Amino acid sequence: MINVLFFAQLKELLNCASVQVEQNTPCSVSQIKQALIAKYPAWQVHLDQDNILCAVNQTMVDLEHEIKDGDEVAFFPPVTGG
Amino acid sequence: MTTSISIKVQTDDFDVAQEYAALREDNTQDGAIVFFAGLVRDMNQGKNVTGLFLEHYPAMTEKALANIVDQACERWPLSRVRVIHRVGQLHISDQIVFVAVSSCHREAAFDACHFIMDFLKNQAPFWKKETTQQGDHWVKALAKDEASLKKWNAPHDRK
Repeated sequence: MINVLFFAQLKELLNCASVQVEQNTPCSVSQIKQALIAKYPAWQVHLDQDNILCAVNQTMVDLEHEIKDGDEVAFFPPVTGG
Repeated sequence: MTTSISIKVQTDDFDVAQEYAALREDNTQDGAIVFFAGLVRDMNQGKNVTGLFLEHYPAMTEKALANIVDQACERWPLSRVRVIHRVGQLHISDQIVFVAVSSCHREAAFDACHFIMDFLKNQAPFWKKETTQQGDHWVKALAKDEASLKKWNAPHDRK
């Protein structure tokens, strides 16, 4: 089971702050995205945007990063702090 | 060199004088302190702003900031680094962010403070939602902020 979090505008667009997905591990960030889209087809337009960033266990990673069971995965828009 | 590092993410305001005092206290080795304070402006991306909400990813925020500060410490001889970033509801002219470094010489202090701010803008998980007279909206990330990282690729070290 993978715990997935969403933040900021993406959280609002999906109307979802966190969700759990069943996924065989290890898998890639891309595969998690595909699993989410399979479960919630309406999310595709938002999750497939080029600028969406991903963090695994609170560290930014790319789409090929390998995910293990129990990892915390987060998707969010480009950051705008400071 | 062991650097004394303080990183805080908080809803409360901060006192620059107090932070500056903490950089100077019992500090006989440093000849330079550089700090940056970021404030809420009343105009952004062409809109009149009346307020700002700062969201963040609590579990990741301090980790991301610590990682950026560590990179700065590897590049420049810094004795003390203090970073504060506020979250939650802010108003016009409120303080948002504070980055301060102390070092033997000014070049390292200027560069390290600038470096930390540039990376904070691009890698720390904060998001601004502005309130305007036309409604609320999420602030768009700017290409110039991402481009600002490029200057740090070239060897700048003055250790």
